[in-house]
Amino acid sequence: MDFDFIQRFAPMYAKAAGLTLRIGLIGIALSLVVGALCCLAKYFRVPVLKQVAAVYIELARNTPLLVQLFFLYFGLPKVGVKLSAETCAITGLTFLGGAYMAEALRSGLEAVDRGQAESGMCIGLTPLQNLRFVILPQALATAIPAIGANAIFLIKETSVFSAVALADLMYVAKDLIGMYYKTDEALLMLTVAYLTLLLPISIVFSVWERRLRYAGFGGAVQGQ
Amino acid sequence: MSNQPILEVKHLSKHFDGNGVLKDVSFTLAEGEVIVVVGPSGCGKSTLLRCVNGLERPDGGEILLDGARIDAGADLVQVRRQVGMVFQSYDLFPHMDVLGNLTLGPVQAMKRPRLEVEAEAEKALERVGLAEKLHALPRQLSGGQKQRVALVRAMLMHPRLLLLDEITAALDPEMVREVLNVVLDLARDGMTMMIVTHEMRFAEAVADRVLFLEGGSVLEEAPPREFFHNPRTDRARQFLDTFEFDAVK
Ligand SMILES: Nc1ncnc2c1ncn2[C@@H]1O[C@H](COP(=O)(O)OP(=O)(O)O)[C@@H](O)[C@H]1O
Ligand SMILES: [Mg+2]
Repeated sequence: MDFDFIQRFAPMYAKAAGLTLRIGLIGIALSLVVGALCCLAKYFRVPVLKQVAAVYIELARNTPLLVQLFFLYFGLPKVGVKLSAETCAITGLTFLGGAYMAEALRSGLEAVDRGQAESGMCIGLTPLQNLRFVILPQALATAIPAIGANAIFLIKETSVFSAVALADLMYVAKDLIGMYYKTDEALLMLTVAYLTLLLPISIVFSVWERRLRYAGFGGAVQGQ
Repeated sequence: MSNQPILEVKHLSKHFDGNGVLKDVSFTLAEGEVIVVVGPSGCGKSTLLRCVNGLERPDGGEILLDGARIDAGADLVQVRRQVGMVFQSYDLFPHMDVLGNLTLGPVQAMKRPRLEVEAEAEKALERVGLAEKLHALPRQLSGGQKQRVALVRAMLMHPRLLLLDEITAALDPEMVREVLNVVLDLARDGMTMMIVTHEMRFAEAVADRVLFLEGGSVLEEAPPREFFHNPRTDRARQFLDTFEFDAVK
């Protein structure tokens, strides 16, 4: 182990980790927005939008991310759309993540008992109020584990962006290995960096999940 | 009683996948009146109730609530604020405590001040013997307690009409009574109700009129004493006999 090497390049990793985290978090947030919109289009059976959402979800989930990225980096410029590397990365991540978040939210919505929506209607709630106060809280409780898994998946997928010249963690590691042949050190730092990013997120979600379970969501739905 | 009925159902028909579930059903319900709907399983009782508050869309005929038609153009949200409904499965909101369940409709749908509603909810809960459950979660309640909370939740909307669909069907026998007592109290207070039940003794006690439904048609409409002791049709007699058998065994 070359500790001088590790010390010398640690700041570089920190900076790259910052970039990975930033792109990951923005991508996750936008994915949630896109996923929620798709879900709402389906839930309220909005004509046209409903079909668009369905096609998009199939497309995004059934093509490799790398293909999607190549399309963004090389396909779009051909038709005159030029995005910065970072915008491309976030767009790609959102395109992929939106579909996964939509599926997570959909499974949450479907798990809510039909009687719940009808009870909400029977106390005079508008469809939007019913969604907000009755259905969404229960759907989200069910969807939290899947949303957490998707979030971690999306942060890991940022590594794919190194394929197209963005100085994220994976990119830095490959660069250092290429220049100095310090493979062990570079990969060790890479692993530590990813763990530092992902462990806290994973822990937050599992605590959240347990809290919701104790609060009696889900479990109480079946216990009529 | 005013002369205009609260509810008028005229020639109502409804089919699912080509099967006639309600056929030319007509009746009226005056203010303060309790009508009990009985009939064999699958005869269309739930569908009838669900049509009245717009959970199902009728295919023919009309439903008038206080003289106003409930149809495709009607504001169903507005209708449901005046027509309460309680189901067999209680359907309390599991993520809210009892107080949250009770206040959601009045505060959000009716825009009433929260403090006022909370005070009313507390009093109403006390009246059904659940004062100490104000902050309990639904899963901490027994079936009978849940159903009493569901009744209070519907009543806090101050509905013109209350629909009850087999609200004791999922309860253990010892809990049936505590729930039915609440309904009897409501009837005594002059609540207009349409009740589907298989508790024949209760039906006889609470009803002003009985509607006997079979195969989606009204076969009899009669005062309870007459219907339960002197049914006009053989079908009604046979239906009532099945309960006699249950009582003997
Ligand atoms: N949503 C539905 N789709 C198809 N058929 C239905 C639906 N709801 C009820 N039915 C059918 O309509 C008939 C009447 O049902 P229902 O009103 O629930 O009867 P009851 O409450 O008297 O037992 C039954 O044959 C039932 O299978
Ligand atoms: Mg029924």
